[in-house]
Amino acid sequence: MRLVILEDLDGVAEHAAKYIIKQINSFNPSAENHFVLGLPTGSTPLGAYKKLIEYYKAGEVSFKYVTTFNMDEYCEIPRDHPESYHSFMWNNLFKHIDIPAENVNLLDGNAEDLMAECDQYEEKILKAGGIDLFVGGVGVDGHLAFNEPGSSLVSRTRVKTLAKSTVDANKRFFNNDEVQVPKQALTVGVGTIMDARQVMILITGPHKAYALKMAVEEGVSHMWTLSALQQHKKVLFVVDEDATSELRVKTYKYFKSLQDCFKQTSHLEF
Amino acid sequence: MATQSGKDIVYKFYNCRILKNHKIYWDDLWVRDGTILDPQKCFYGEVINPDVKVDCGERLIAAGYIETQINGAYGVDFSDSHAADLHDVERGIMKVAKGLLSHGVTSFCPTLVTSPPAFYQRVVPHIKKREGNSDGAGILGIHLEGPFISKEKKGAHPEQFIVSDLTNGSSSQPSHALEEVYGNEFYSNTAIITMAPELPGALDVIRQLTNMKDIRVSIGHSVGTIKDGEKAVLAGANYITHLFNAMLPFHHRDPGLVGLLTSWKLPKDTEIYYGIIADGIHTHPATMRIAHRTNPNGIILVSDSMCAAGLDTGNYSIGQLSVEVKENKAVLSGTNTLAGSIAFLDQCVRKFYKDTECSLVEAIEAATLHPARLLKIQDRKGTLDFGSDADFIILDDELNIMSTYIAGECVYSGG
Repeated sequence: MRLVILEDLDGVAEHAAKYIIKQINSFNPSAENHFVLGLPTGSTPLGAYKKLIEYYKAGEVSFKYVTTFNMDEYCEIPRDHPESYHSFMWNNLFKHIDIPAENVNLLDGNAEDLMAECDQYEEKILKAGGIDLFVGGVGVDGHLAFNEPGSSLVSRTRVKTLAKSTVDANKRFFNNDEVQVPKQALTVGVGTIMDARQVMILITGPHKAYALKMAVEEGVSHMWTLSALQQHKKVLFVVDEDATSELRVKTYKYFKSLQDCFKQTSHLEF
Repeated sequence: MATQSGKDIVYKFYNCRILKNHKIYWDDLWVRDGTILDPQKCFYGEVINPDVKVDCGERLIAAGYIETQINGAYGVDFSDSHAADLHDVERGIMKVAKGLLSHGVTSFCPTLVTSPPAFYQRVVPHIKKREGNSDGAGILGIHLEGPFISKEKKGAHPEQFIVSDLTNGSSSQPSHALEEVYGNEFYSNTAIITMAPELPGALDVIRQLTNMKDIRVSIGHSVGTIKDGEKAVLAGANYITHLFNAMLPFHHRDPGLVGLLTSWKLPKDTEIYYGIIADGIHTHPATMRIAHRTNPNGIILVSDSMCAAGLDTGNYSIGQLSVEVKENKAVLSGTNTLAGSIAFLDQCVRKFYKDTECSLVEAIEAATLHPARLLKIQDRKGTLDFGSDADFIILDDELNIMSTYIAGECVYSGG
């Protein structure tokens, strides 16, 4: 595991975008061999998407041969609802870049048979050759995608009922009316993410600090699903200073010093 | 991907700001088969990508202008009763329709001023509604300005053809005054009728007309009081023809038709629109500001241009008129008497924007959204909403027309 600590959200966004671009470009994707990218939604990735768009416009990267799989989507709201993850991805990334529509995969929260939709999604990932880089965020309660506390750490793509705290937190996006907030979502499982060849998690803000601590300093637990990544062979956390505020000074210093070493060997720059 | 015929080609206009939902923001415009697309639906639902990308160079895209009052241009007078034959009428209309494309007008209402019944009955059936294309702007229907107007406020209309009574002599019978003048089939080719609401029988006729969905009644060329105006609006009229011109001047005890802008005797949801000739000559900038600030949602910019619009400086003999064009004005030859407006709608929008210091959105909507709402065609014209006709213009920040599109096809490119 690597933990990169940056000054603020902007630094995290910049680092994440550069890392994604570096992975895509060094993969050298082609029509026959797409780079497969797992994508999240949320406020932390939003900054990274903005940077990705800037770099795309500057000609640093193309998404023509990139296939994407999103982590999750709500059930019971129309696909073009402004709060759907389809809308989020369209407005904040896809419409601005050259990714072909046929390369984009999102779960259909309105599918007639939700379980079949989830199984097909897993098959699609397999057929695409597995995910090269899964990018994710984390919830205050340590949830990875919609794998809320208590989720099986070997779970696959499936229907999840959202925790009360998540529904409450989402109310602000739905006119503060709990009735309008979706109560269910489709989400990739912890196991689905663990299968990715690389995982990068973006964490910013003091409210996420405890989740980072539980994921990094404590043991693997289904109560903090993010902690499952301790058993992943190639995982990178990109966090801001605020998100480290619950870490032990020793932990913080350890990763900071590693980061300095990396910088000197410029492994993370492009 | 399936092989594509011309109809299926998806165009993406990008690197532009668009005016939509009363805001200007950076976004793309997707067009297919003459219609504005919802790109997100295409992307996810149809899994398609744009076939042709058009770089708009950071310019502004807005819906095409809609002109509701234009009497002619380029030497053509729509009301010229001396036109040799009907082909001349149609040719004249199309000449103007074509010329309007360079002014960002994608559809218009050719306006006929007060004329004798024989003229209407000969000409009206031949000015048909049409969709626009590279041959010219679309025709939304005729604006019949007269002959049911006040002789006292006739303006440039010939007095001998004015009809001052809309009754049949019996108030219990529906009036046939309109058919008697315009002919039996004027309905299908007409969009707007301007009449004076104080004329006997006018209110009944307004009720009849506005029950037929496709015709709007505009009040104007009138000595009507605010009460006459309110009655007309309650009867179904929803437009005021060139506010301030050819009506009683604003008076504090009876504000006349101008008072309709702030009338509280009308139901709250009443939509009332008013035309403003924003050529900088016919309406003083301060007057425009008064109207706009009082009722910003009702304003519709019109050129009310006459046949000399679009002509170079010089002397012209048009119909029975001798007109001299000089210094952006048209005067009767040898006098300083204005012969009418010779501005085009794009100039009016620029003038209005500058003189009222309103926002770009307000200036453009006064020539797009508002006329579309007046004519109740806002579901397909006057906006860039998904599903609307792809009639739009590309503008620079001074509101000069860079190019004009109708049904997604570039019909003018210049600037």
